[in-house]
Amino acid sequence: MTRSKTRAWASRRVFRYDEKLIQSVLFLCAALSVLTTAAIIMVLLGNAVYASGAKKAFFEQVSLWQFLTGTHWKPVDGPAGRFGMIPLVSGTFMVALIASLVSVPTGLGAAIYMSEYAAPREREILKPVLEVLAGIPSVIYGFFALKFITPYILKPALSLFGLELGTFNTLSAGIVVGIMVTPLIASLSEDVIRSVPRSLREAAYALGSTRFDVSARVVVPAALSGILAAFLLAFSRAIGETMAVVIAGGQQPIATLNPLRGAQTMTSFMVHASTGDSAADSISRMSIYAIGIALFVITLTINLISGWILRRFREVYQ
Amino acid sequence: MSLPNLAGTQSVSFISGADGRIRRRLLLSRVFAGTCRFATYSAMAVLVVLLVAIFYSSIGRLSPDFVTNTNSANPEKAGMLAGLWGSFWLILFTSLFSVPVGVGSAVYLEEIARDNFFVRIIKVNLANLAGVPSIVYGILGYTVFRTFAATLSIWFDGNHVVGVLGLFRVRLAKLPLYEDNVLVGALTLTLVILPTVIAASQEALRSVPSSIRVASLALGATRWQTIWRQVIPAALPGISTGVILSTSRAIGEAAPLIMLGALTYTSMCPGNIDSPVKLLTRPGQVLHAPLDQFTAMPIEIYDWSKHPEPQFTAVAASGIVVLLVVLLAINSVAMIVRHYASRRMKW
Repeated sequence: MTRSKTRAWASRRVFRYDEKLIQSVLFLCAALSVLTTAAIIMVLLGNAVYASGAKKAFFEQVSLWQFLTGTHWKPVDGPAGRFGMIPLVSGTFMVALIASLVSVPTGLGAAIYMSEYAAPREREILKPVLEVLAGIPSVIYGFFALKFITPYILKPALSLFGLELGTFNTLSAGIVVGIMVTPLIASLSEDVIRSVPRSLREAAYALGSTRFDVSARVVVPAALSGILAAFLLAFSRAIGETMAVVIAGGQQPIATLNPLRGAQTMTSFMVHASTGDSAADSISRMSIYAIGIALFVITLTINLISGWILRRFREVYQ
Repeated sequence: MSLPNLAGTQSVSFISGADGRIRRRLLLSRVFAGTCRFATYSAMAVLVVLLVAIFYSSIGRLSPDFVTNTNSANPEKAGMLAGLWGSFWLILFTSLFSVPVGVGSAVYLEEIARDNFFVRIIKVNLANLAGVPSIVYGILGYTVFRTFAATLSIWFDGNHVVGVLGLFRVRLAKLPLYEDNVLVGALTLTLVILPTVIAASQEALRSVPSSIRVASLALGATRWQTIWRQVIPAALPGISTGVILSTSRAIGEAAPLIMLGALTYTSMCPGNIDSPVKLLTRPGQVLHAPLDQFTAMPIEIYDWSKHPEPQFTAVAASGIVVLLVVLLAINSVAMIVRHYASRRMKW
């Protein structure tokens, strides 16, 4: 190979079509996720807000105001149907609230314990066990709530106070959803707590702090944005949680704040309605899409706020 | 981050004056530590109670014939065979769909993409998709995939004739196609786990040191040769661990499948294949299976859990035990892969 030939090769811009082809295929793979989001939004809007063709979209038959503020949810076809989402929303938020009451203290306590107190060996055991807790499918938690927590723990405990508990109740559903999201809070909070620099802890100890002072007054405040973001993520996970709530929470769409009774959540309504035998373009079917939009918007908003808090209030240490 | 025990255990009575105050603070510290330890171990205790409660409830029904029988209205005879096979087919196709697309996206985002507007949109979008409740994917699957399958089943019913270029006519063959078939379920589950698969693969690719890429490129390999022959093999253990773990999530997923209209009560396995032998000896049925109706393990558990007859509690619990065993098996495979890979690869 002569010198000039080599130079000619080097100066030519190498353009390989096969490389470009592969890169385009990979790009399409990545773009598929955007397509998924677009499809979700289009499917929801296309059935709830504006439908083409003969079928009528949900909000063409029920006004948005009625949907948002109505306190009766009776998804049947014909004039008897009532489509106010308040009962479903109250059920959903009640479950998510009970779940937070269970998971926030437990998850945060576990995160502080694992990062501040546990020996490395102990931590190596605790972390995988928490992961197992997170990996157990939702149906199993539903079974656990319905067949164990309600009859063997809550019923005897509440009967001491003379309270009556329904077979299906939001309390047991909320408790198991709380157990499910505890590992999420624990691992996300632990990550941010561990990223608080050691120098802060050492400075606090040097000033005579106890371990409580260091954990609760130095480390947790320094990691607060991450911890809050974790709480919000867990809350949105609890809102979207389905099978446990379907099994343990019951199917009565009643606007009640009594956790001892059953209540339908948005997700359990969707499961319930899809197993029904109403026609595909009936309004009772279409209401699934309206509730789907509400669920999508609520969880997305909470997730976005969570991400915003994480970015906006992150403490940066050198 | 465990620090040496500086405060909280030694007695400090030699400090005079503020002695009581210090005692109170140390007591508070100890109570706090105890509370945190209690929180952690109560989570562990819940896991133990959960497992014990399930095994205890399964006594009476859990027996070998539980995994060889199909579902039945008689709690003594109800078994999980149909669900096992349904989940098998679902997971097979879910992995077939999600692995190439998931790994492909991760390779694009980590190795090829420049930081431009569209790539940023993809990344933000992926982060948000991971937070979408799985039941919303069920709506998507019901509306898009199921409708698509229904349209296909209308066209391929054996009655439609298509003229080709005006020269000859072809009668479309009859396909044994259901609109709530295994492929529709697998496509939906693919969308559910795709963000997790992509995130796991990205993490694995990120852990490959850039020296490997630079060395390969310096030796004259093209970008794709570098990716295919160096980066992906090096990241493979991490990718496979992540993929296996995400797939195990898909096994426990019931909500989107119920939204699709998967059968809750059936005694039929997809394609009528009810033993591994038939998988090899009945190719016609194997081809039929992806287009057949299905049920899955978590769906059957759901169905048994809400059954009013109390004897079905033991059936549901037995189903949960089988599901947990399957999940355990899959997760141990992931752990074995991780273990061997971490021994082999060192940089």
